Amino acid sequence: MRKTRAVELGTGLFALLGIGALFFLTTQATGGDDFAARQVYVVKARFDNVGSLKPRAPVSMAGVTIGRVTRIEFDPKLLNAVVTLSIDSRYATIPDDSDASVLTAGLLGSQYIGLQAGGSDTYLENGSEIMFTQSAVVLENLIGKFLVGGGSSKD
Amino acid sequence: MFRETYILLKEFVRTFGALTIFLIDLLILTPSVLFRRFRLVVDQVYNAGALSLVIIMVCGLFVGGVLALQGYANLTRFGAEDAVGVFAGFALIKELGPVITALLFAGRAGTSLASEIGLMKATDQLSAMEMMAVDPIRRVVMPRFLGGVIAMPLLVAIFSMVGLLGAHLVGVSLLKIDVGAFWQQMQNSLDLRDVTEGILKSIVFGFIASLLAVWEGYNSIPTAEGVSRATTRTVVTTAVAVLITDFMITAAFLRN
Amino acid sequence: MLRRAMNTTNDNIIEVHDLHFSRGARKIFNGLNINIKRGQVTAIMGPSGTGKTTLLRLITRELRPDSGQILVDGVDIATLKKKQLYEMRKRFGMLFQKGALLTDLSVFENVAFPLREHTELSNRLIRHVVLTKLHAVGLRGAADMMPAELSGGMARRVALARAMVTDPDILIYDEPFVGLDPISMGVIVRLVRRMNDALGITSILVSHNVEEISTVSDCSFLISDGTVAASGSPAELHSASSELVRQFMHGMADGPVAFHYAAPNYAEQLLGRDAE
Repeated sequence: MRKTRAVELGTGLFALLGIGALFFLTTQATGGDDFAARQVYVVKARFDNVGSLKPRAPVSMAGVTIGRVTRIEFDPKLLNAVVTLSIDSRYATIPDDSDASVLTAGLLGSQYIGLQAGGSDTYLENGSEIMFTQSAVVLENLIGKFLVGGGSSKD
Repeated sequence: MFRETYILLKEFVRTFGALTIFLIDLLILTPSVLFRRFRLVVDQVYNAGALSLVIIMVCGLFVGGVLALQGYANLTRFGAEDAVGVFAGFALIKELGPVITALLFAGRAGTSLASEIGLMKATDQLSAMEMMAVDPIRRVVMPRFLGGVIAMPLLVAIFSMVGLLGAHLVGVSLLKIDVGAFWQQMQNSLDLRDVTEGILKSIVFGFIASLLAVWEGYNSIPTAEGVSRATTRTVVTTAVAVLITDFMITAAFLRN
Repeated sequence: MLRRAMNTTNDNIIEVHDLHFSRGARKIFNGLNINIKRGQVTAIMGPSGTGKTTLLRLITRELRPDSGQILVDGVDIATLKKKQLYEMRKRFGMLFQKGALLTDLSVFENVAFPLREHTELSNRLIRHVVLTKLHAVGLRGAADMMPAELSGGMARRVALARAMVTDPDILIYDEPFVGLDPISMGVIVRLVRRMNDALGITSILVSHNVEEISTVSDCSFLISDGTVAASGSPAELHSASSELVRQFMHGMADGPVAFHYAAPNYAEQLLGRDAE
C-alpha cells in the first residue's frame, strides 16, 4: 500500500504542476487580449504606406499602450491603407486633431502606431477618423535617399 | 535498384497502414479502458510523467538559459536585448518545448515502454495473459499508451514554463535585462494562438511517441536482440516522425 | 454448468483431427491425430523441434492450423469468436516453459491476477484462495516476494499455483522439467500427479524428459515428422519395437532421427567444391 500512495502522490504532483504550467503559459506568458476584453472605441486612420504594420500591433501614446490595431485594409478608391484602431475607453479624451504615425520599436523592431496629441477641444470618439497621419518609414527608401544625398554632398 | 526502392516503398506503406489500424484499434478501446482500468492508466501516467519530471525540468531550465544567452548575444548587436523574452518565449512555447520534450520522452519513457512490452512478450507474459483470457492489448498496451498521451502535454507545459524561468534567471538575474521589458515584450508578442500551437503540437507528439513506443514493443521479435532493436527503433522513428509533423503543424499555423 | 453438460458421454476432452500446419516453407504437422482422454495425464513427447510447443499453441488457438480440426469438448475452436475463445480459455490453465510470471506483480498478485481480472470476489476471499493455492505448491511463505527473486523451480511452482487458481478443467504444462535440479523436478512431478488426481482435471504435458514422463503419465504420444509416431502407456512405449521409439526412449545419438542436420556432403564441403 505504501507504493500505491507514492504513485498517487507523484501523479498528483505531476498533474497539478502540469495544469499549473498550462495555466501559466496561457495567462502569464501571453498578453491575452487586454483590449478585446475591455471597453474600447474604434477610430480609423488612413496611411499612404503602413510598412509592415500587422494587426494586434500596439497603439501607443506618450509611450503607453492605449489600444491595438484591429484591422488593416486597402481602400481601392483612394488607393491608401485604412487602419482600424481599438482604443481603451478609459482614454476618451484624445484630441481629434492628434496625429498618428507608423513607428518602429528599435532599429529592427516591430511596427506600431504612435499618437501625438493635438490641441483641439473636441475628442476622438467611436467611428471618428484621425486626419493627420504619417506613413511608415520604409528602410529601403531611406537608405536610397541617404546614398544619393551622401553622394551629392561630397561633391 | 528501382526494384529495391519499390519494395522499400511498399514495405513503408504497409507498415504505415498496419500502424494506422493499430492506432484505430487503440482509439476504439480507449473509452472502455479509461472507464474500467483507470487505475492502470494512472500508474502509467506516473511512469511516463511523474518519473520524467526531473529530467524534463532540468533540461527545460538549461534550454531556457541557453536561449537567453544566445538571444542576448545576438540581439544586443541591434540594441534589442529587451526582446530576449520574446525570443525565448516564441522558441520555447512554439518549438523547443514540444519538440525537445517529445525527444526526451522518447528517450526516457518511450524506450522503457518498448523494452518493457518487448520483454513481456519475450518472457511469454503476454501469451500467459492471453491464456488467462486477459487481452494484453487492454491490460498492457492500452494503459501505457494512454498514460503517455495524457502525460505528454503536461510535460510540455512544464518544460516550457521551467524554460521561461531559466530564460528569466539568465536574462534578468545574470544579464540584467529589465524584468518589465522581458515579460512585457513577451506578453505583447505572444498570444493565445501561439500557445495553442504549442499545445496542439504537444498533444500530437504525445500520440506519436506513445503509439510508436507501444507498437515497437508489441511487435518486437521476442529475443534479446529483437527487444534491443525495438528500443532503438522507438527513439529513431519517434524523432523522425516528431520532426516531420512539427514541420507540418508549423507550416499549417503560418498560413494566416 | 452448461459446459459440463455438453458431451459428457465423450471421454475425449480434446480431439485433434488431421492437423496440418507449416511455418513458412517448413511443414510442422502433416496430418496429426491425437485424442486426449478426460481425467488423465497425457504426455506429448518428441525430439526438439518437432513442434510440441506449437501444438499447445494450436490447441489454445494462439495459432491457427492450415487445415484440420481441433475439438475441445466437441466444439471446433476455429469457429469461436474472441469472446467465446476467452470463455474457453478460462477452462485452461497453462504453465509456460519459463513460468511467464508477470514481473511487475508480487507472487501473491500474480496468483491473484486471474481472479481479479475475471471475478468480483472480495479481497478477503481472494486472499483465502490465493494462500490456499500457494500452500498447495509449498510457497505460501513467498507470497510477498517478486518474481525476480525466485529460483527457476519456485517460479514454475508459482506459475502452477496461478494456473490452478481459477480451477481449470485442463492444465497444460509446457516443458515443466526443463532446467530444474532433481529435487525441484521431483516436486513438480509429484505436484502434477497430485493436482490431476485430487482435482479431477485433465493434464497435458509436453516434454522430452522420458524418465519423468514415464512416472507421471497415463498415456503418451510420440511425435515425429509431423505425425504421431507411437502412442500408448509408458510401459508400452518402452517395449516398443519401432526404431524411432527406441532411439528416443533410450536416448541414442543416431537412428531414424539423424544426428546430423541436413547438410551438403561433408567431404565436398570441406574441400570447398560447393563454393561458387
